[in-house]
Amino acid sequence: MTAEEPEIAHRTVIEASNLNLTFETNDGPVHALRDVNLQVGKGDFVSFIGPSGCGKTTFLRVMADLEQPTSGTVLVNGVSPEEARKARAYGYVFQAAGLYPWRTIGGNIRLPLEIMGYDRPVQAKRVKEVLELVDLAGFEKKYPWQLSGGMQQRASIARALAFDADILLMDEPFGALDEIVRDHLNEQLLALWARTQKTICFVTHSIPEAVYLSTKIVVMSPRPGRITDVIESPLPQERPLEIRDTPEFLEIAHRVREGLRAGHAYD
Amino acid sequence: MRHVLPVLTVVAVIVAIWYAAAVWLNAQWALDMAKRQDREMSASELVLDTWSQEKPKLPAPHQVATELWKTTVEKKVTSKRSLVYHAWVTLSATLLGFALGTALGFALAVGIVYMRVMDMSVMPWVIASQTIPILAIAPMIIVVLNAVGVSGLLPKAMISMYLSFFPVVVGMVKGLRAPSRMMLDQMRTWNATKGQEFLRLRLPSSMPYLFASLKIAMAASLVGAIVGELPTGAVAGLGARLLAGSYYGQTIQIWSALFMAAAVAAFMVALIGLIQRVTLKRMGMS
Repeated sequence: MTAEEPEIAHRTVIEASNLNLTFETNDGPVHALRDVNLQVGKGDFVSFIGPSGCGKTTFLRVMADLEQPTSGTVLVNGVSPEEARKARAYGYVFQAAGLYPWRTIGGNIRLPLEIMGYDRPVQAKRVKEVLELVDLAGFEKKYPWQLSGGMQQRASIARALAFDADILLMDEPFGALDEIVRDHLNEQLLALWARTQKTICFVTHSIPEAVYLSTKIVVMSPRPGRITDVIESPLPQERPLEIRDTPEFLEIAHRVREGLRAGHAYD
Repeated sequence: MRHVLPVLTVVAVIVAIWYAAAVWLNAQWALDMAKRQDREMSASELVLDTWSQEKPKLPAPHQVATELWKTTVEKKVTSKRSLVYHAWVTLSATLLGFALGTALGFALAVGIVYMRVMDMSVMPWVIASQTIPILAIAPMIIVVLNAVGVSGLLPKAMISMYLSFFPVVVGMVKGLRAPSRMMLDQMRTWNATKGQEFLRLRLPSSMPYLFASLKIAMAASLVGAIVGELPTGAVAGLGARLLAGSYYGQTIQIWSALFMAAAVAAFMVALIGLIQRVTLKRMGMS
């Protein structure tokens, strides 16, 4: 993004500059992130793609204040990740649904609201709203084990949406699901994004998923973890599943694959 | 109830082995007596004799059952000869010790989970405490507490506590650490306080571990209370019955006290099991 762009149209929500993160391990230091620079605009859907060890999850965790960078800065909504976390600026969806087995679906979604001290009537209203948003209305009183894996993951997305944060950070949320369920959830996620206008950062290792969902695709590579390519998607906002067979789609997918291949050392 | 048959079969086999063992162990005495009185004994007489001696090496099941019946149903519970009275004396110390032990174990576990210093400094002592034979340390606890003027129920309860806090510490440390890294990170993303994390995540996660620990702790408490009754001069309680029985060679009394102890332990453990079932069901975890 350049300075002359109008601020209202494309306000920067997440900004990483010269970000470095080194883990000290028994086998010596591991460079998880090196010189990462990235800007995410408001309402963007950004995918992070790359092989394991490329730092995509680490980068997401830095944004969420779950890891501390060794050097460089990250700003989330213009403040540090810690301040953003304390202001409950983002909802985080983990790889596993992580629902509490002793709470109902409604109770699970209410959990962050209870922690944040919302009034009971507000809690009930929010739970109803987000359950509808993820197409789980009527499942409020069910326990997690009564739901399929895909439904559980939707419930966990609902929980991340419940307190109405502007940013949604998603760490391979559909990684453990089969392809058909995954397609369905991708479609639903796009619809949800269109309705809520949230900024979404989405970690994945699936090329079709990244290309289908994103307005911006960040290609990363390992050892050291770094960004090798940032692709602005020319695909329209409206994306039926069939778009994946169009030449435009395949062209972007090809570019992502090339980027991954170039950055991947086969050792 | 298709489980009745196998269960009854096992019980029948145990009883049969027991009767056979009674014959084997008590026969020598019966034969010696017969020899002394210079009379012959038929095989059936011998068997019947081994099952009806006054001080057998191993009393037969029906002898123990009769003794149990006489000392529980036929005696008033306030009588010093009532086994129910003695069982209650032991049980009251057990329950007090169990409550103290659970509270201590729980507190230590919370400390160990939340404070690294405690993890490193307290845990070795907790383990060391259990390597000391309770029979060796019980009289000392009684003597020391007596010297500072504490007597009666509390010294026995202290020994129960000494045995019962251990499984609670170990189980609860494991239970409170049961939530995955992801679950804890999730709490952090919501900016939850330590207290919220404890009450909403760690404590509910630890429930299955807690109940498993409580069952072991209850059984250990009962052992502690019985052991605690031995050095006090055998005034009252199941331990006193055991000690008195062994002084006077009253094997039937010893065995009935043992059975009473086993019944009390089984009942208390079953009670915890029931509470566990109800609790976990209400939590949606079973």
